[in-house]
Amino acid sequence: MFKLVKRLTSVVAMFAVLFTFTTETMAAKKSKTLKNTQKKGFVRCGVSQGLPGFSNADAAGNWTGVDVDVCRAVAAAVLGDASKVKFTPLSAKERFTALTSNEIDILSRNTTWTLSRDADIGLTFVGVNFYDGQGFMVRKNSGISSVNDFKAGVSACTNLGTTTELNMRDFFNSKGIKYEPVTFEKADEVVAAYDAGRCDTYTTDKSGLAAQRIKLSNPDDHMVLPETISKEPLGPVVRQGDSVWEDIVRWSLNTMIEAEEYGVTSANADMMKTSENPAVKRLVGAEGELGAALGLDNEWSLRIIKQVGNYGESYKRNIADTGILPDRGPNQLWTKGGILYVPPAR
Amino acid sequence: MNFKKILPQLLTLVVVILVLGFFSYNAQVNMENRGITFGYGFLTQESSFDVQFSLIEYDGSHSYFRAYLVGLLNTILVSVIGIVFATIIGVVVGIARLSSNYLIERTAAIYVEFFRNIPLLLQIFFWYFAALRALPLPEKAEPMFGVFFLTIKGFFVPAFVWNNLDIFIYSVIAAIISIVFVKLYAKKKQENQGIQTPVLSISIGLLIILPLLSFFLGGVDASVEIPVIEQLSKTSFTFKGGLKLPPELISLALALSLYTATFIAECVRAGVQGVSKGQKEAAASIGLTPNQVLKLVVMPQALRIIIPPTTNQYLNLTKNSSLAAAIAYPDLVLVFAGTALMQTGRAIEIVSITMLTYLTLSITISIFMNWYNKKIAIKEK
Repeated sequence: MFKLVKRLTSVVAMFAVLFTFTTETMAAKKSKTLKNTQKKGFVRCGVSQGLPGFSNADAAGNWTGVDVDVCRAVAAAVLGDASKVKFTPLSAKERFTALTSNEIDILSRNTTWTLSRDADIGLTFVGVNFYDGQGFMVRKNSGISSVNDFKAGVSACTNLGTTTELNMRDFFNSKGIKYEPVTFEKADEVVAAYDAGRCDTYTTDKSGLAAQRIKLSNPDDHMVLPETISKEPLGPVVRQGDSVWEDIVRWSLNTMIEAEEYGVTSANADMMKTSENPAVKRLVGAEGELGAALGLDNEWSLRIIKQVGNYGESYKRNIADTGILPDRGPNQLWTKGGILYVPPAR
Repeated sequence: MNFKKILPQLLTLVVVILVLGFFSYNAQVNMENRGITFGYGFLTQESSFDVQFSLIEYDGSHSYFRAYLVGLLNTILVSVIGIVFATIIGVVVGIARLSSNYLIERTAAIYVEFFRNIPLLLQIFFWYFAALRALPLPEKAEPMFGVFFLTIKGFFVPAFVWNNLDIFIYSVIAAIISIVFVKLYAKKKQENQGIQTPVLSISIGLLIILPLLSFFLGGVDASVEIPVIEQLSKTSFTFKGGLKLPPELISLALALSLYTATFIAECVRAGVQGVSKGQKEAAASIGLTPNQVLKLVVMPQALRIIIPPTTNQYLNLTKNSSLAAAIAYPDLVLVFAGTALMQTGRAIEIVSITMLTYLTLSITISIFMNWYNKKIAIKEK
């Protein structure tokens, strides 16, 4: 009986995924995703529906942000041109299905790396491009200056289907406070509802709070509480089962961080080919055969640095200069007191 | 056995089975390749997320299945409210459109044309954000009759706190059953002796007396809990006690009923206009009062035309209630196909359950309306 139900369900489900599934052989020698990407001529990248600093489209439809730069780096490495990316804006609810059903090849959408997401639903997280934590935004005149000032009956607006929803419960439960969760599918509606006074607090990742605050009618009337109630390592995600593609995305991100560590920027990358330091020479492809291991040419990393820049440049351009989070906090290199630490490219 | 007749049927069946088989096989292969497991075991796991509004006791320590029930009940709640109000508004507007008063007729027509031609999602957003903009903050809310508070955080109304609620419910059920018997008795009496019994007044009397008795004899006791304002911080307030209807529920029910009512109004108008004038004139000529003409001649015939298209509207309303997810009303789609799907990642399982649930809901409404339709249909003898 159970088996029958299982079968029946697969049948029903098939209609939903009919147009997105294609049969795939595991034994493809070269990465199928890589091959498809090169054939199509662009990288299919899933991003947010508009989060300034991370992935946000301007009036002309140009995407910018640190999450966007990860996809651009992969495009530079694989296709030689950082602009060859097709962005698909996704809600929190849609994002994983879009990736597993083959509509996008990279999900770079401020997504928190957790065990269950990594292991259970056919995804693989390749790294962390932003260390974040959940916080609360309140009205300045409310007199609330710490999370300890919340009282029973507080209503909290947030996005549905996120780790935020779970952390919020853990937090309020640990304080023994009864609260009212008001969850929306899109961030714009969360902001609008909080702005109108539907909720006493707006909770999400602190970077998100900083970015969304700009959208409020009077940003200066609101503040983010100092406490951080969770760990939110955000990073790009790929489908499980294509380890070559996984490596390409991982090392594209690592290259950006390592380039900052060695002081290689988009401006000086070409000159670094003649550097004394072998690590730097390897990074810009002047030494070693690192590209071949990924199924790419040897200039792949040089193109990333030249066209997208290193991590520091990306952060400055998207997050610091836009006034979202001028202070890099934990997203500073390990050599400068942060926790950005990537394995060596060799 | 006519082989020629059966062969095409058989072939169709084989093709259908093959196609379905291919899809389910393909799904299984692909899910295996992508490392996605399949199963309904997650339904018993702790859900660990909360929901703002629930008809049954629920919090994150309950199971995903319980979260499913929460969403389902909320969907049913908003659908029932929507259907009741849409029917009332629809009938009133439908009759208003037939009015000989020009102003009333035009107003009704403008209402119908306006609301049925704007996409429902837009209307939901409009009512929700209009409500959020227009409603006062809790501390500024003017009490209605001293005990109702309509605020941006919800509609706070006094709640009954019951003792022995079950006895009260039994008394209501007993009243309903006795009304059915009274009705049967009255019908028999009229058929046998031609004497009419005032069924309506007896029914109302029963509905009042039996529950009242439960208070005096059954130990039922109800006290009223009035919402009281409470300060959360220097500038933020809420109400405590009483019953809270979230603004999401109110605006969703409002949008759904105003939208669907336009279609029902047209069904009603069509139904009444579909009864030929001769019927009314004939009824009047045999001495029926205008009230009896409407009740015994026009309405029974009009209903036959009204019911089938109205059933469609009820089904539409129920399915449209899934737009709730846009404005944070925790219906089945938001709670189960939204949060639960995201937290478990079990898209295929959850989407299939949700689809089956809507199918069941719609078919239930359909069956009920078909039964009612059959009941009022012309009985050909």
